[in-house]
Amino acid sequence: MRRVVVTGLGLVTPLGADVETAWANILASKSGAGPITRFDASDQKCQIACEVKPADHEYGFDPNKRVDHKVQRQVDPFIVYGIDAAGQALEDAGLTDMSEEDKLMTGCSIGSGIGGLPGIESESLVLAEKGPSRVSPHFVHGRLINLISGQVSIKYGLKGPNHAVVTACSTGAHSIGDAARMIKDGDADIMLAGGAESTVCPIGIAGFAQARALNSSFNDRPEQASRPYDKDRDGFVMGEGAGVLVLEEYEHAKARGAKIYCEVIGYGLSGDAFHVTAPEPTGDGAYRSMQMALKKAGMTPADIDYINAHGTSTMADTIELGAVRRLFGDAIGGVSMSSTKSAIGHLLGGAGAVESIFCILALRDQIVPPTLNLDNPDEGCEGVDLVPHVAKKREVRAVLNNSFGFGGTNASLVMRKID
Amino acid sequence: MSDTADRVKKIVVEHLGVEADKVTEEASFIDDLGADSLDIVELVMAFEEEFGVEIPDDAAEKISTVSDAIKYIEENKG
Repeated sequence: MRRVVVTGLGLVTPLGADVETAWANILASKSGAGPITRFDASDQKCQIACEVKPADHEYGFDPNKRVDHKVQRQVDPFIVYGIDAAGQALEDAGLTDMSEEDKLMTGCSIGSGIGGLPGIESESLVLAEKGPSRVSPHFVHGRLINLISGQVSIKYGLKGPNHAVVTACSTGAHSIGDAARMIKDGDADIMLAGGAESTVCPIGIAGFAQARALNSSFNDRPEQASRPYDKDRDGFVMGEGAGVLVLEEYEHAKARGAKIYCEVIGYGLSGDAFHVTAPEPTGDGAYRSMQMALKKAGMTPADIDYINAHGTSTMADTIELGAVRRLFGDAIGGVSMSSTKSAIGHLLGGAGAVESIFCILALRDQIVPPTLNLDNPDEGCEGVDLVPHVAKKREVRAVLNNSFGFGGTNASLVMRKID
Repeated sequence: MSDTADRVKKIVVEHLGVEADKVTEEASFIDDLGADSLDIVELVMAFEEEFGVEIPDDAAEKISTVSDAIKYIEENKG
């Protein structure tokens, strides 16, 4: 059986535009939240977000490093973030100079939950104000979700499967799981897999606020707004950025002497079949997703040391926790579970990929990241180590990452250390 | 160099992300400046906006170099 390992990582986040900076800030319990700077949000119910910081910031993002000027002008920010994170991952994996043979067997599976919402919004205004003849010829392909995979394949000459998942906030996790299967099935030896999002724009904030999904009572204290499992949580904080992993067939990675972070050993998927935005109240969909991932991994709950929860800082947090409790039974006492959304907000389609990378770094460094702002755990949190406030050194042999999305779509990934 | 030429070159530099010294009057958008057909559509739109001229599709198709653009604009601007 073909096994799949991770050999490269790339991150663009509100707490850093490279893997080591973002991880160091996560472990230092920093928050990426602040007042919205992209537009005047004074008429919005929610006026805060976790934005990717500008290039001159201490841990800002410089798009000029890896994305052509012309491409930057033509595409939405989620594509720029995705191209940069993919480039980082290839560099990390030592794959920037591949043979033609390898390129034929290297593909992309980098998705997004929503895609180019800021550009759809602004170009709609151009259409309304100036008419159809002023709409940009780059409008469509600069907003399409699969254009991270498209742009990355063109930039690096990657001729294998070119794919893009769209499953709302579980996009990043599904992207990794689907890409791992493509490698297992022999469609590719190497896959760039992940997700990206950037919807900090008036209609993005207003839309999620109207769906009652965003926080609204922390505008004066942005760093305290994302507080998964806390009694005072009142909605997620929008984040933005990208996470991309290099997945590689194990023997291929070994043969070229690649640095191997971990093995992607289990992947589970399920549907709630319940409601468009609310999770099924018993957490059954989440339960079945995690259960399938563990079964595929040939593991039991006692083998899992860390769970990076979906934990968005909404009412759904305790539903997920209930599902974990049901699945883990007595093993619940041995696992640490935290939500890094408390630090970087909710990256929507990017979340599952970025959080999988944090899981992988937890495996690498034997430390689990904290859940910030967990001052008063809600009912139902008793007896579970939610890693409040500060990171925690501990043994981490295997990790589980959960991502759930609108439409009732669930994905879980299990990754483990490899000897 | 005329004012029109300066403004055309500035737009080309901005839109195509090329070095200013490469944008000579003889330069072909596609062969020398790395543009594709969609970039030319976008450039033509930018010229229309900047100079208040209308460049119909059949005229736009004949614009392949920087000097073609300058010449068309000089002849047709109000």
